[in-house]
Amino acid sequence: MTDTAAQEQNVQSKNRSLWGDVWVQFRSHKGAMLGMVVFGIILFGVTAGPYLWTIDPQYLDIRDKNQGISWKHPLGTDQLGRDLLAQLIHGGRVSVAVGLAAMLLSLVLGTFIGVLAGYFKRIDGPLMRLTDLFLALPILPLLLVIIMLFRDTLRNAFGPETGIFLLIVFIIGMTSWMQTARIVRGDVLALKEREFILAANSIGTPARRVILRHILPNIMSPIMVSATLGVATAIITESALSFLGLGFPSDFPTWGRLLFDGTTFIQQSPSRVIWPGLAISLTVLSVNFIGDGLRDALDPRIRGR
Amino acid sequence: MLDGTSKPLLKVNNLKMHFPIYRGILKKQVGAVKAVDGISFDIMQGETLGLVGESGCGKSTAGRCVLRLYEVTDGNIELDGEDIADLTGPQLRAKRPEMQMIFQDPQASLNPRMTVGSIISEPLYEHRKMTKPERRARVDELMDAVGLARRFADRYPHEFSGGQRQRIGIARALALNPKFIVCDEPIAALDVSIQAQVVNLLEDLQEKLGLTYLFISHDLSMVRHLADRVAVMYLGKLVELGDSETLYTAPQHPYTQALLSAVPHPDPAKAGNIDRVILQGDVPSPANPPKGCNFCTRCPVATEICHKDEPEWRQIGEGHFAACHLIK
Repeated sequence: MTDTAAQEQNVQSKNRSLWGDVWVQFRSHKGAMLGMVVFGIILFGVTAGPYLWTIDPQYLDIRDKNQGISWKHPLGTDQLGRDLLAQLIHGGRVSVAVGLAAMLLSLVLGTFIGVLAGYFKRIDGPLMRLTDLFLALPILPLLLVIIMLFRDTLRNAFGPETGIFLLIVFIIGMTSWMQTARIVRGDVLALKEREFILAANSIGTPARRVILRHILPNIMSPIMVSATLGVATAIITESALSFLGLGFPSDFPTWGRLLFDGTTFIQQSPSRVIWPGLAISLTVLSVNFIGDGLRDALDPRIRGR
Repeated sequence: MLDGTSKPLLKVNNLKMHFPIYRGILKKQVGAVKAVDGISFDIMQGETLGLVGESGCGKSTAGRCVLRLYEVTDGNIELDGEDIADLTGPQLRAKRPEMQMIFQDPQASLNPRMTVGSIISEPLYEHRKMTKPERRARVDELMDAVGLARRFADRYPHEFSGGQRQRIGIARALALNPKFIVCDEPIAALDVSIQAQVVNLLEDLQEKLGLTYLFISHDLSMVRHLADRVAVMYLGKLVELGDSETLYTAPQHPYTQALLSAVPHPDPAKAGNIDRVILQGDVPSPANPPKGCNFCTRCPVATEICHKDEPEWRQIGEGHFAACHLIK
């Protein structure tokens, strides 16, 4: 061993930084890079798109209704002659924003409750019963009540679009953290019995730093998985809400809304369903791949293999 | 090392660790697992006390209690004259740098997501106000002390062999210059050639830094080599404690005799001639220990009194203690 150690010391030691290693590993994950490119294109499209494709998504041109692919309307038009590409771009802004924000909220909430329940035995029971309570709540009636109660207040406070955005993010976040909490709690319970946690205790590391330094990095995989799945669920839930007339106003395009509006015309112009559906699928898929790559890159045992 | 004037660094008196058993809907306590049930011993400054016994007898629990990783049920633990058995919170945390632990499984005792450098510097980060370069310098120093190349500091535990990982664990334990280290079977998970390396490293460090060890092991020959005095544990209680030489050449307690007779002999020609004491049956449950002497259910020489009265922990020779009715 000493021989190899001496040899190794002769080799010029290169300074490795954690995030540098993570980036190198992330780049070697082909799916993750592809996902990142696709997600980048989607993000670019929905942020810069309105400046490049300047047609107003609400502009009605009844003579051009139900058009197919053409130079004037690359993705065709709907039954009122609105340009589908413009609608897709504007709708994507809301859908992606809702998906990411709601995922973040449910992730933070779920991880927080899961870690507390797993690490502190005393509050495990109460917190898990709370989780069960939320799981048992019938979501749709609850949403109806919340939206009835708060929609107008929020609209008045933040304006119609921001108000409803906040409401929807909050609702989706509040009703989807339970799975994450349960998974995280299970992992924390298993991790807590490992000897390195005992070693940290014998050093005298306080609980909050044991959690931040030893527990959270080691439960990264399940968190990443639920995060990427959460984006998909959030986008789909938002579209379901819009479909029920509980989400954004009907003249305000989101991917979910476009999809549901298109279903009526699926015989006449299938492209009206295909494009929003494709956009949702691509977003979900690319986020999934990014999450997969990130999870691998953050695990030192997989890194460098 | 063991002159009469040296003062005990650690005094453990009547230490008890009972884990409660809860049953039923109302979580009523129906009993307790008496993992450690009233043990007393001293460890002198600079000494190694070996703690041996079979699996499940409470060795590791005793070691963890001494470090206050558990809330002890009863008893005193005096480290350097201060009772730490009832300390909590910041006072206990302030005592942590003086006592450290080396763990059995080097794989499990290192966080797989941290680099070796950050693992070793964690105690420094917690207890010393050091700048980053100072910490780095100390880590380098520690890695030299345990025989690891400095450039390994940026690697992760899974990139090392078992013996190297154990060295990382030792470096972490040494980081704060502790006086007292509990070695919880530090060599049990290593193969034989690596065991020797690690044991020699522990001995060197003891000599250089004046460390005091509580060495928990079931490897009797290793304990004989390393320990100045040896304590034998059975079912949560000490049965015998004495000088390493005395205990190994003339064991008094029937359990110690049985344990020592099980050590394999290096010479196979002579191995057949040893009178092995073969114990019958299993260790009783620590939740329900037998009446009288804990060992009476398996003792080859047990008499009536052993099943009735608990034997007293008493001195039977110069620095030699045992708990048995039959020792005169």
